[in-house]
Amino acid sequence: MIAHSVFFYIFSLIAIISAVMVTVSKNTVHSVFFLILDFISISCLFIMIGAEFLGMIMLIVYVGAVAVLFLFVVMMLNVAEQKGQWFSSRWDGGTHIPVGLLVSLIIFFELIIVIGGWKYKPDLLNSLSINISTEVTNTRSIGNVLYTDYILLFQISGMILLVAMIGAIVLTYRERAGVKRQSYVKQISRERDEGVDLVEAEKNKGVKIDA
Amino acid sequence: MLSIGLGHYLTLAAIIFTIGVVGIFLNRKNVIVILMSIELILLAVNINLVAFSIFINDLSGQIFTLFILTVAAAEAAIGLAIIVVYFRNSDTIRVEEIKNLKG
Repeated sequence: MIAHSVFFYIFSLIAIISAVMVTVSKNTVHSVFFLILDFISISCLFIMIGAEFLGMIMLIVYVGAVAVLFLFVVMMLNVAEQKGQWFSSRWDGGTHIPVGLLVSLIIFFELIIVIGGWKYKPDLLNSLSINISTEVTNTRSIGNVLYTDYILLFQISGMILLVAMIGAIVLTYRERAGVKRQSYVKQISRERDEGVDLVEAEKNKGVKIDA
Repeated sequence: MLSIGLGHYLTLAAIIFTIGVVGIFLNRKNVIVILMSIELILLAVNINLVAFSIFINDLSGQIFTLFILTVAAAEAAIGLAIIVVYFRNSDTIRVEEIKNLKG
């Protein structure tokens, strides 16, 4: 029990510090690395609490795909020149900082008030839909309901990914002038008549080149 | 203090959510950091869902966390594509220089 709480505090401390560093660090590449650290420590928390499948999916999807996507974009765009311009504003002279901090503090205290004062509905435990059973593993129990009860939502999320992929391609695609590329239709529809030229050559005359 | 309950996880999620909101408000550097702050906010939501799912012993929260992950990935891809197109057109992604809408 004590080890559990010690690890909880370690991981959540790392998560909070790296979340602060994501917003504060001056170099965008460092921000991406701290985002990765944040995801890793939160997925450690998920594994500790008993949601192993989600912890692993967080690692694979976020660290493996999303964070690498962020890194690609940061390195493609020339943002390195913006170092040392952290939070500074040329237009309003930094008046947005106290306002932003105030609004965020109010949001935080509202959340804390809600967390401190809520209760379960008394008949909550009777109205649960899917109980977590202790006999099968986490992954297997998620799979049991994901492909049966939630199959429509699962397919709709697949459609969302497809639309996102098509949208990203359509947004970033551009036709460049002067690029040579293969034309399959041209290659396939080429015939013997245009490819081969048969010439009647005269015998015993050698080769004549008309100058 | 020593036994970790639901409140600990909810407080952690609230802190990370607030840090994400602060990142969106205070950022004047570039738009990519704003996208990362949105990822932080979605992460806080995921922590809430998983903590509730475990502590009231119901699997639905974990299923919905999966769908939130899907939507977050799609949103990151589209947002980064928009940023790339914007950078190609106007050579900057500084937040304070993106003012075509006069906002």
